Amino acid sequence: MPPTLEATGLTRLFGRQRAVDGVTFALAAGESMALFGPNGAGKTTLLRLLAGLLRPTAGSAVISGSEARGDAHVRGRVGLISHQTMLYPALTALENVEFAARLHGVESPREASLAALERMGIAARQASLVKTLSRGMQQRVSIARAIVHSPAVLLLDEPYTGLDASGAAVLSSMLHELRRAGASMLVVTHNVSEGLAVATHATVMLGGRFASTELVSGMDPAGFAEKYRALAGVEMAAA
Amino acid sequence: MRPSLIQATWIVARKDLLIEWRTRTAFISAVVFSMLGLAVFYFAWSPTAVSPADLAPGVVWVVFTLAAILAVQRSFSIELLERAGDGLLVSPVDREAIYLGKAIANIIFVGAIQLVTVPVAALFYGLPFGEVVPVMLGIGALATVGLVAVGTLFASMAVNTRMAELLLPLLSLPFFLPIVMAAGQSTQRLVAGRPMSESISWLKMLVAFDLVFIVACTLAFPYTIEE
Repeated sequence: MPPTLEATGLTRLFGRQRAVDGVTFALAAGESMALFGPNGAGKTTLLRLLAGLLRPTAGSAVISGSEARGDAHVRGRVGLISHQTMLYPALTALENVEFAARLHGVESPREASLAALERMGIAARQASLVKTLSRGMQQRVSIARAIVHSPAVLLLDEPYTGLDASGAAVLSSMLHELRRAGASMLVVTHNVSEGLAVATHATVMLGGRFASTELVSGMDPAGFAEKYRALAGVEMAAA
Repeated sequence: MRPSLIQATWIVARKDLLIEWRTRTAFISAVVFSMLGLAVFYFAWSPTAVSPADLAPGVVWVVFTLAAILAVQRSFSIELLERAGDGLLVSPVDREAIYLGKAIANIIFVGAIQLVTVPVAALFYGLPFGEVVPVMLGIGALATVGLVAVGTLFASMAVNTRMAELLLPLLSLPFFLPIVMAAGQSTQRLVAGRPMSESISWLKMLVAFDLVFIVACTLAFPYTIEE
């Protein structure tokens, strides 16, 4: 099966700093990679390169056979959840999600937006201005915004940030559902149990490079955390 | 199916206008700024040296130019908060649609400021209201297109810099100059009751600048948002 998401020698320099340094990997439909690494390892930069928000200094990011940058159709196949919510505080939850739905050319954008908010358990607050919502609720709206167009590739940067236990459970179940439906995912997280729960592959990133990648199936989380500590020299968050 | 250029332009413009309608902070600030500008110039000049009617066209264009800078600055600063602009950039819409949508919202925004300010300027400077207001609004509409076309492009470049508030006027004002000159000259002649034939060449120049700036800035915009 051809990969849905593929990076080849992906490199990004900021001045002399190699934020991402020759990263190569491929994910087929339904595969998901949990990306672990200390602050400054280059995880967010890698996500922004894959989303087409940054221009690579060298190498390429390919989504469904086309370059991630420059091809508008390809951008439409990507869903991005970032550190920030990417929401407009002066718009309501529904208006924010519907705006994204319209930009992606979703049929029946109002209905699709309501369904996405419902899926994230926040439909009751659809008419609330985003600035009046708590951080956790804003994160739920942000996730609804990212999935409203049913992306084939989902790039998630610390998606559990701000979510309470029920929000985290909703997100995990939704990620499993999307994976079963064939979406490829790259999940950046510091939390080993949350990351491994939704991933098929676990990767440690250090100094802009992939230091290790292994299959999650049959993996011992405690053993992985120990290996991470040995590689990165820091502890992982356990839960 | 991804939206066409026109559809995407409207989606972006509508969102920007809705945000401004909800907050109204930039509109109120720009209108208050314009009123204060008109008042300051009125009292700073001696009416015995220059009549208010002769002074008004120049003053109005100085005030509109600075109000336009306030307006366009706002259009990209709303994208910085929570990095909402990333949502625009990862969407499948053409980059040109983002620029055009923001420019259209800015034209409506600056036009609304002029709608409030021009009648006040006419009253304040004792201009013949019925004759002057339609003329100034007409020229204002033409000039606004050019000012916004340039300002929107430079606002997108300046917004990510640490000195955005300073950089935007520094970049924009040299390009605003030909527009303000043509608008000021044509307004001066028409307010003074001179025949239209005396202003026509300035108005043609204004239209030419509008067309050049719209095309050039639309084509340049995708490169200004590259990281």
